[in-house]
Amino acid sequence: MSSLFSKDNQKVFLEPLNLNNPILVQVLGICSALAVTSKLEPSIVMGLSVTVITAFSNVIISLLRKTIPNRIRIIIQLVVVAALVTIVSMVLKAFAYDVSVELSVYVGLIITNCILMGRLEAFAMSNEPWPSFLDGVGSGLGYAWILVVVGAVRELFGSGTLLNIRIIPQFCYDAGYMDNGMMTMPAMAMIILGCVVWAHRALVKE
Amino acid sequence: MKFNTNSNTYTIVYAAITVVIVAFLLAFVSSALKERSEANERIDTKRQILASLIDVSNIADADIESTYLKYIQADEIVNDKGDILKAGADKDKDGFAVSRKEIGADNLPFYVCQVDSQSLYVIPMVGKGLWGTIWGYVALKADGKTVHGTYFSHESETAGLGSLIKEAPFQKQFEGKTAYDETGTAVLRVVKSGQVKDPQTQCDGISGATLTSNGVDQMIQDYLNLYKARLAKSTASTFEDTENE
Repeated sequence: MSSLFSKDNQKVFLEPLNLNNPILVQVLGICSALAVTSKLEPSIVMGLSVTVITAFSNVIISLLRKTIPNRIRIIIQLVVVAALVTIVSMVLKAFAYDVSVELSVYVGLIITNCILMGRLEAFAMSNEPWPSFLDGVGSGLGYAWILVVVGAVRELFGSGTLLNIRIIPQFCYDAGYMDNGMMTMPAMAMIILGCVVWAHRALVKE
Repeated sequence: MKFNTNSNTYTIVYAAITVVIVAFLLAFVSSALKERSEANERIDTKRQILASLIDVSNIADADIESTYLKYIQADEIVNDKGDILKAGADKDKDGFAVSRKEIGADNLPFYVCQVDSQSLYVIPMVGKGLWGTIWGYVALKADGKTVHGTYFSHESETAGLGSLIKEAPFQKQFEGKTAYDETGTAVLRVVKSGQVKDPQTQCDGISGATLTSNGVDQMIQDYLNLYKARLAKSTASTFEDTENE
């Protein structure tokens, strides 16, 4: 067991959460991060979906890595990712219909999420399945927590709720407080994301 | 066993096998989940129809079916001449089964409803927004002229702008508006934001989403004309009923 959680493996898992965060440092997957974060719930579902897909596509590609013909390796990676994305989208439709409607095309667009192809090509193609799995989970969660932060800020100030539960009490509205409509627009997601990157760079010196 | 992973044969066979495996996998998952996702879609559509009649925000998904059966009397299929092609006695087998893409002048779903002893008619509509399909349900009162409530939704309108047609503030302003004037002309319009001249027939468009608003306007005009004959028939019979009483 100790080898499963060795120093190297821990590093593989923890780096994308912070020092090598896919959104903050590698600046990948920005498009969907802006599009789905107007509410907290779709942000969480999107983050989890990407985590599941990166983890399993990493494992599958890592298992196949010695057999994949070099000339069509990107296509094989795409097929694996596309199959997983389609399955996730069908599962969401069956078990979380409202969320799947809200995420609409963005579930399908996980296929084109650069984080996935980036991790497959850069990590899974040259590493064992277990570290690849950790790398996938780490990258996915690194992506997810940024989405959750942006989604929480946008929902709180844009609609006064979190997970559709009212947080800002009614008397604030009676006293003249208003929801910030700007927060529900994608432009504001860009600005919040910029602030997160700023805070991250300021706090983490490396 | 050692293959030359760079040979053409290997590459082609590898690609073929991968595709077959993936195809089987997807087909299997799809058929396993089909029933569930179709049920979800049905409930969602019923919720949208009900949204034009009553406030559905507090109704749980599990109660949608029973609420639908309670309020909807029939889902007819009619044509633009007002003929009833199917009576829709089962409430969700005829008009309800017509998908958005199949709606046409000879295939129009028409819902006859009863809410708190008030006869209402719901007409579905489909149109084009800026980026994709928009659709809606407009409920008319027993006179066939006054709007009771509306529900609009969209596939991919701009978030925060065109997507506002899905929100209550836009939909609420239709309540009580006049859809047809005395001569039976469709008069209900969505006008450019802030340019409402006749508050009885005109609704405010969404500023910043002129093309989506125009799409809603065009859709309402188109479908009010298509359903004109069928509505005229219903209201005529309503008047006879009152005379008999």
